[in-house]
Amino acid sequence: MGAKVITLTSGKGGVGKTTATANLAAALATDGHKVVCIDADIGLRNLDVVLGLENRIVYDLVDVVEGRCRLRQAMIRDKRLPELFLIPAAQTRDKTAISPSDMVRLCDDLRPECDWVLIDSPAGIERGFRNAIAPADTILVVTNPEVSAVRDADRIIGLIEAEEKGPALLIINRVKPELIKREEMLSPDDVLELLAVELLGVIPDDPNVLLSTNRGLPIALDGKSKAGQAFRNIARRLQGESVPFMELTDQGNIFGRLSRLIRPGSA
Amino acid sequence: METPHLSEAMDNPATVRIKGIREGLLITLGEGDWLEARQTLLEHLRQQAEFLRGGRLILDVGNRVLRAAELGQLRDEISEEDLSLWGVLSNSPVTEQTAQTLGLATRINKPKVERTSQPLDTTLTGEQAVLVRRTLRSGFSLQHNGHVIVVGDVNPGAEIIAGGDVVVWGRLRGMVHAGADGNEDAVVCALDLSPTQLRIAGQIATTPRHRGKPQPELARLQDGQVVAELWSAGKK
Repeated sequence: MGAKVITLTSGKGGVGKTTATANLAAALATDGHKVVCIDADIGLRNLDVVLGLENRIVYDLVDVVEGRCRLRQAMIRDKRLPELFLIPAAQTRDKTAISPSDMVRLCDDLRPECDWVLIDSPAGIERGFRNAIAPADTILVVTNPEVSAVRDADRIIGLIEAEEKGPALLIINRVKPELIKREEMLSPDDVLELLAVELLGVIPDDPNVLLSTNRGLPIALDGKSKAGQAFRNIARRLQGESVPFMELTDQGNIFGRLSRLIRPGSA
Repeated sequence: METPHLSEAMDNPATVRIKGIREGLLITLGEGDWLEARQTLLEHLRQQAEFLRGGRLILDVGNRVLRAAELGQLRDEISEEDLSLWGVLSNSPVTEQTAQTLGLATRINKPKVERTSQPLDTTLTGEQAVLVRRTLRSGFSLQHNGHVIVVGDVNPGAEIIAGGDVVVWGRLRGMVHAGADGNEDAVVCALDLSPTQLRIAGQIATTPRHRGKPQPELARLQDGQVVAELWSAGKK
């Protein structure tokens, strides 16, 4: 029955929900799907900035819910990807401006219109989180390989199970293979051992992600970036393809080999 | 279908019965005309607006056959009262399907935490235990007067408070309190005993870091101190 509704959530803030939403949306849209992103973080909107669409906002999510505009009017078309749309959050209101059933209704209206609806959840476990997961068919939990983020992810997964919205799928963001090699960071295996959910993808840490979010240009559109590749792989897995996980540890080796190749020449 | 119904409420058409359960507030509507019952419910919610604000409602509509328009309208009206309709329980498959289409839950989990306080039917006298077969995740609290047995992991941030012993067939990494009523004979055992904090009666202990390969252990009180020893077959 039309679009699949996917919510990205994490519990903890700052783990990369918004970045992941923007990049998965961009990757799916690049594959030719019609994608609508909804920023459910009312009062602290960010997705518009990350997608570089801040200056085009006229109507927002709350306007749609409260009937001040039609759904179509609040859908901002991306400047590069004609199949990508954003419904931004209201900045001047708070999470109580909408209810979980409003979100369910909104997504039901969107389902026949597009292929994917991606919802960027706010941090926390309160109303905003409830709003974001209410309409979801699938919930992606984003976490970092940090003890605190994993703890919050565990809590969130428990809440998702209690809402019968599971099983949640896991994205581990900002993984640093060098640190894992030195056993200074939790490895994806460590995280999975605790959370015991299905892994959807691992995103390597990449300083270019920060640059791209600041520029409002999703890194998934950058063919050279490893993080971008990881996001594109996740998008393909969401489409039902079986894509092998990237060998993150190879990165170190390649760099090692490259520097070895370069050094004799430059010396 | 194992949907709980409060049958006594069904006898009187005008009643709206509210009961707190783990998922939220279970509201049982009396039988009779839908519009009338709906009106009674909404009035009830308005009267108790202060008390109920922000609550999650689970509505037991009995045998009524409800379509999307009726249920959807009620959901909207409920959300206008600053409440959310979380689930609908019904004996009618049509109503259940309607509710599912609207993204509402149609069955409630058997209340786990509440249930633990009730004595269970066991053949051994004086030994009450609750068996939980799932992973307890962060934020989950399990409290029981008797013994607690978990088949699964107890993750950091989860807690078990038991009047008796605690047995974890899995990794114990959360907080555990055995003998919470002061029973100093209580023990805690787990396949991997690394709780954030372990309490037996009035004594508190933490787990030392880096302990190598996990082995089954049993913790108990010895001369007022919590001691953990490896579990080996045949030893008592």
